[in-house]
Amino acid sequence: MRNYIFRRLLLAIPTIFFVSLLVFTLIRLVPGNVLDIMVADYGTIGQVTPMDRAAIKHALGMDVPIYVQYGKWMDQIFHGNLGESLWKQTPVIDDIKVRWPVTFELGLLAIIIGQIIALPIGIYSALRQDTWGDYVARSIAILFIAVPGFWLATLVIVYPSIWWGYMPPFKLIQFAANPLGNLRMFIVPAIILGMGMSGGTMRMTRTMMLEVMRQDYIRTAWAKGLKERIVVIRHALKNALIPIVTIIGQQAPVLVGGTVIIESIYNLPGMGRLTIDAISTRDYTVVSACLLIFSLALVLINLITDVTYGYLDPRIHYN
Amino acid sequence: MAEKLYQNTTGIKKRSKFADAAIRMVKEKPLGTIGAVITIFMLLVAIFANFIAPHGMNDMFTDYVMVPPSAKFLFGTDNLGRDVFSRVIFGARISVIVGLSATLISVLISTIIGVVSGYIGGKLDLIVQRFVDAFMCLPGLVILMILVSMIGPGLWKIIFILGITQGINGSRMVRGIVFGMKENAYLHSALAIGSSTWSILRKHVLPNILAPIIIIFTMSVPQTILAEAGLSFLGFGIPPPNPSWGGMLSGDARTYMFQAPWMALWPGLALSILVYGVNMFGDAVRDIMDPRLRGGAGRYGIKVKRHLKNVYPAPDAKE
Repeated sequence: MRNYIFRRLLLAIPTIFFVSLLVFTLIRLVPGNVLDIMVADYGTIGQVTPMDRAAIKHALGMDVPIYVQYGKWMDQIFHGNLGESLWKQTPVIDDIKVRWPVTFELGLLAIIIGQIIALPIGIYSALRQDTWGDYVARSIAILFIAVPGFWLATLVIVYPSIWWGYMPPFKLIQFAANPLGNLRMFIVPAIILGMGMSGGTMRMTRTMMLEVMRQDYIRTAWAKGLKERIVVIRHALKNALIPIVTIIGQQAPVLVGGTVIIESIYNLPGMGRLTIDAISTRDYTVVSACLLIFSLALVLINLITDVTYGYLDPRIHYN
Repeated sequence: MAEKLYQNTTGIKKRSKFADAAIRMVKEKPLGTIGAVITIFMLLVAIFANFIAPHGMNDMFTDYVMVPPSAKFLFGTDNLGRDVFSRVIFGARISVIVGLSATLISVLISTIIGVVSGYIGGKLDLIVQRFVDAFMCLPGLVILMILVSMIGPGLWKIIFILGITQGINGSRMVRGIVFGMKENAYLHSALAIGSSTWSILRKHVLPNILAPIIIIFTMSVPQTILAEAGLSFLGFGIPPPNPSWGGMLSGDARTYMFQAPWMALWPGLALSILVYGVNMFGDAVRDIMDPRLRGGAGRYGIKVKRHLKNVYPAPDAKE
């Protein structure tokens, strides 16, 4: 196991290197670079002479070739410094400290809600395979995958407001200040996000239950004369739910990266919003930092998922 | 090329095989049949949009701005007095074009990367897969937004970007299939009789990965359609006045959603129905084409169960 983890971490090094190259260069290749935007921005206040432009360029550290900039950036990262926002001149980590709790809360609620919706329906669907109940459950699963979150979110804002004059709050309510108000603010976007996630989980649960119900030990359990409830809960469910770890692992990145669309619609100032706002203002350091953190987290989450999976299911061997 | 090979390997029975699959789908996959009907219906709407739509997609009726649904304007009109019903119909065309062509590009790219990386293996595989890893580590929608900002909006540019990003992500699956195939005796035999790499790829590898590739294609079409809608919703997709469903839900629809909720309702409904249909159709295609990926009990799902019920009434008593 230790060897396996070591090898995975070793493989992650080139991956992270490619990621750092991608996140560094891609955003800098977008036309309309930060210098032009800043000059245009200052230009509305006063005149910008070519000398000022050169000064801004120097202040941003953009007057050296791009590979030197990349080298400097990597040097910073290795010293645990994500750099400073080009616009605000404040450390990026400060922004992330403010934004990340919002994303984490939304993501956690969504993942929990997703499992609450998915597991019972998925299990029912497998136990009643090829009955009408199963067809309805499977349709629901696909429906949840098919309905785009942004449309549902729009409808959930529009219709309550027209019918009951209800509007979601537009300013973030801190959990510490008003726990109930905070939950009320997060619950609707979390349900929408969780519904989208539950479709896949439902299908996975159904498949795994079907697989497990055909195993020898389940036949033994039936043969012993156990009740369906006992067979399902004690013998089948325990084994069928192991892959759920993988599913949660696949959903976990939302805890770090947030969701661009839902955060925009519900005015939640999370990581997704931070990233797209930075893309539109070409705040290169912020974009690169957010994407790099996201990728690092993803690599770690994937590793943790695989290790947990092996721990829960002793039949799996790593070599 | 691949299509021709497929015909060669299956010979004259191809047509009957296709008909057989269609009959099996209708008989055994009620959900898949519903999905197929929805898919075909939407395809027809997209192809014959000019004849079905009562008005042009950009005809402005300045006397009828934001009128609610009525007999003249089935889905109402938008803030410019355009008929929402006609625009939804033309929107089907965009979704279908994007869904099919971007997925086609993505499957081609997946196949090329996957086959080269998986078949050649070794150091090349190691490096290519780290790059794919890096790409899969990045948040998809954000990368799409950066790429669109890089090369600009437009129908074919979006198709190209979606095709490349989904293609890189999907290559992992193709690579896995090719990698697993390498241990088969027929490949060793082909090597032993001195077949060239090219002829092995052409005669043995490609025909064998055709079924999984078709499955990957049908499974990724709905994802592509949703990705385009999401991008257009965020303003990074098909530029207006083109009637993309995602685009119709953003911008003006969101500005006027409280006065004219129908602007936000119909495009999303059409999108959900299409994605729902293609998903169910894709599932059924997968189950029929590749029995290994199916979750059910045995080859003929329902029939096996009925048969079992007749032969051994007791084991099925739980149902």
